Amino acid sequence: MPKPKIGIYWCASCGGCEEAVVDLAEDILGVVEKVDIMFWPCAMDFKKADVEAMPDKSLVATLLNGAIRSSEQEEMAHMLRRKSKYMIAYGSCACTGGIPALANQFPREQILRYVYEESPTTVNEAKTRPQLKFAEAGREVTLPELRNVVRSLDQVVDVDYYIPGCPPTPKITKAAIGALLEGRMPPKGSVLSPDVALCEECSRRDSKPTNVAFTEFKRTHQKHLDPQLCFLAQGVICMGAATRQGCGAQCPSGNMPCTGCFGGTDRVKDQGAKALSSFCANIAAKEADEIDQTLKGIPDPVGTFYRYGLAKSLLRRKAGLPMSNGK
Amino acid sequence: MNATPKPTNGSWSPSLVAFFCNWCTYTAADLAGVSRMKYAPNIRTIRLMCSGRVDPQFILDAFSKGADGVLIGGCHPNDCHYAEGNYKCLRRFRLIKRMVADLGIEEQRLRLEWISAAEGEKVKTVVNEMVDQLKALGPLGIPKQFAEWDAEMTRLEHAAQTSQSAESEVAHA
Repeated sequence: MPKPKIGIYWCASCGGCEEAVVDLAEDILGVVEKVDIMFWPCAMDFKKADVEAMPDKSLVATLLNGAIRSSEQEEMAHMLRRKSKYMIAYGSCACTGGIPALANQFPREQILRYVYEESPTTVNEAKTRPQLKFAEAGREVTLPELRNVVRSLDQVVDVDYYIPGCPPTPKITKAAIGALLEGRMPPKGSVLSPDVALCEECSRRDSKPTNVAFTEFKRTHQKHLDPQLCFLAQGVICMGAATRQGCGAQCPSGNMPCTGCFGGTDRVKDQGAKALSSFCANIAAKEADEIDQTLKGIPDPVGTFYRYGLAKSLLRRKAGLPMSNGK
Repeated sequence: MNATPKPTNGSWSPSLVAFFCNWCTYTAADLAGVSRMKYAPNIRTIRLMCSGRVDPQFILDAFSKGADGVLIGGCHPNDCHYAEGNYKCLRRFRLIKRMVADLGIEEQRLRLEWISAAEGEKVKTVVNEMVDQLKALGPLGIPKQFAEWDAEMTRLEHAAQTSQSAESEVAHA
């Protein structure tokens, strides 16, 4: 019997998700024994044309990581969707927009101007910007177009399953591939990680105070962090209570608070709003001025609460930014 | 919930979603009603048991579904039926106000007022004032933005399919 075929592809991502697949370590041999990896541009030499030549739905699954923010990524997402029985959003960026989706706070022009002209490490006196088309020696070369909006994968194509994390851990990756191969897949649209808040599996759980009463918020570089005590008891923003578990509480074990990469649980519509709600409600002060004083410790609420999820948040992008390309 | 009001004579009129607490502000709105006070009809009131029940998700959901403004009404400090609910509301409000401003929503579109059960007049004043401000600001139009973003995707999907079928025609020729 021929082995099931899978594809792995990256869009707007850092490469950490590819690394996460490699992090399966010797377990990857077991995976390769059971499946044929037909497409993995980061690691193997298959071309787009090879996949295009395959019949539709001939891949059992594509694990696609990265947010979608260019015309090329859209095209690849559509193509791989056609070729795959299951499209799996792999990692925070594909699931909820991830770090790249923080760009949804700025107009495209501002991003391009900063990156190609204004950033302190850029020398570009001619103010050259990448062009969509360029002809030299009678040959025309093209580049993909950067979109105004950074999108999660499911805002572009139909997605069957989500494997969250920045990056997803080997444990949930292995569990997902195992379920896929054995045909034990949950209902379409499921997130393949336990639907319980991170605190449940955190080793600091017992020191979580019942009445927090924040008088100040400290960022991680402003405080010597206690390696055992719950971060909330230390006045440090930890997204654990508003975040799905499955990572094994790696960050709290490494003495860093959770930043929320696994996204909210199924009951939560908007992880950022829910986290904000919980932190603010537990501030000690009752007067507006004193509350504001405490809240000074959260200088960037969007970056703090939507670090991985702005594209999939209720508002998706800053309101009123220009939309049409070229403006 | 669809917050977009029906257009009257084709002209735009703001939609104001209000979350009023059962014990004070909703009762005040009731008082305004039985006292036959007239105020702007743009308000869509949602009664909650307490302003402490106003989940920030409700506020963002209202904006994302077409509200041009969101008004929260609760009991005055020290008057909360549940002792602490209005303080929780105030604390959330102080930060969500900053956060929605960072996300491009003007400050006047989100407002918190303490209105006791006796202050029917204040309901009228606050609603009228806010509707005037929203009229001056113009539509927020978040659903329209979503539709534009989604349309960009639909266009591309269509283009991809067309180029695909063109390619297969070439292959078959």
